[in-house]
Amino acid sequence: MANSPILIREQRYHQIKAVLARLRLDASARLVVLVDKDGQQIAVHGELGELDTTSLASLAAGNVAATGGMAKLIGEREFPTLSHEGERESIHISVIGRVLLLVVFDDRSSLGLVKLRSKQVSQEIARTFAEIERDSQQSSGEGSLPFGEITDEEIDSLFSQP
Amino acid sequence: MTFINYASREINCKIVYYGPGLCGKTTNLQHIYDSTAAQAKGKLISLATETDRTLFFDFMPLELGTVRGFKTRFHLYTVPGQVFYEASRKLILKGVDGVVFVADSQEERMDANIESLYNLEENLRTYGYELMKLPYVLQLNKRDLPNVVPANDLAVELQRKGEPVVEAVASTGVGVFDTLKAVAKQVLTELRKS
Repeated sequence: MANSPILIREQRYHQIKAVLARLRLDASARLVVLVDKDGQQIAVHGELGELDTTSLASLAAGNVAATGGMAKLIGEREFPTLSHEGERESIHISVIGRVLLLVVFDDRSSLGLVKLRSKQVSQEIARTFAEIERDSQQSSGEGSLPFGEITDEEIDSLFSQP
Repeated sequence: MTFINYASREINCKIVYYGPGLCGKTTNLQHIYDSTAAQAKGKLISLATETDRTLFFDFMPLELGTVRGFKTRFHLYTVPGQVFYEASRKLILKGVDGVVFVADSQEERMDANIESLYNLEENLRTYGYELMKLPYVLQLNKRDLPNVVPANDLAVELQRKGEPVVEAVASTGVGVFDTLKAVAKQVLTELRKS
């Protein structure tokens, strides 16, 4: 495989969730989502309602990738933040290394506050994610994944139901 | 890039359907979407032009079941096939865990298949991936049309590394799940090696 898998252990996951919870409160946001640049949702906190956060994550990554492509065309490395303002709901995305911090907010907050609070947690998120990447590399080297002994039958059984 | 979350007990993998314009990539996804139980799938997102040509990507999450207590979730993407969407096509390949190349079996699309396959290898290389090392399946689509190249000849021309070759008619669903199964199986088998 091109890359070894990213492993998110429970402790790190709860660390991330705690940062998201704090950010949501401090920014008076509706929802905070942490997304990998490839489109995978890592963690979410806030008022989910009927919102399809899997699609939101994939589209956010596509959005960042597309604007990143535009940035390169005009000679920039990337655009570190993106904002989309709607009539009632708005979205702010910060690019933090290989992850994206997405904040959904309404008129209980403001773009300025969301930007400020997002920036304040970005270092902590970058640090935690660096630790996750280090954990992942160590674990995959040790062959300690629970999938090391998956049998062909187990894989086949996933496809036995229509 | 496979994501394994121990807290939510989930494995998330990314599979990309690649191929020339109008070869049936979106049709593959549409069939999977239509034939899957509601609880196993999310929304099918299609960023398409007004004439239904894929502009950026199609996306659908699909949950297959549980392995060793972990839910396996596959994120299926298609790329836009037309040559001039090169920039967005490249973006979708980032972090890919497995690729399906959908070839159009019609004689007149042979050159387009070869160009697209070459383009796939080039684009993978820009991210440091090698097609030879990636879980990969070759699907020969549109086998129901009258002017198709014999499957063996297509395989000789397009097969790269002894990858599984699946004959398909995506519009009726023939071969669609066989293709998905073949690539998903390779992706999960790769996890064993990690």
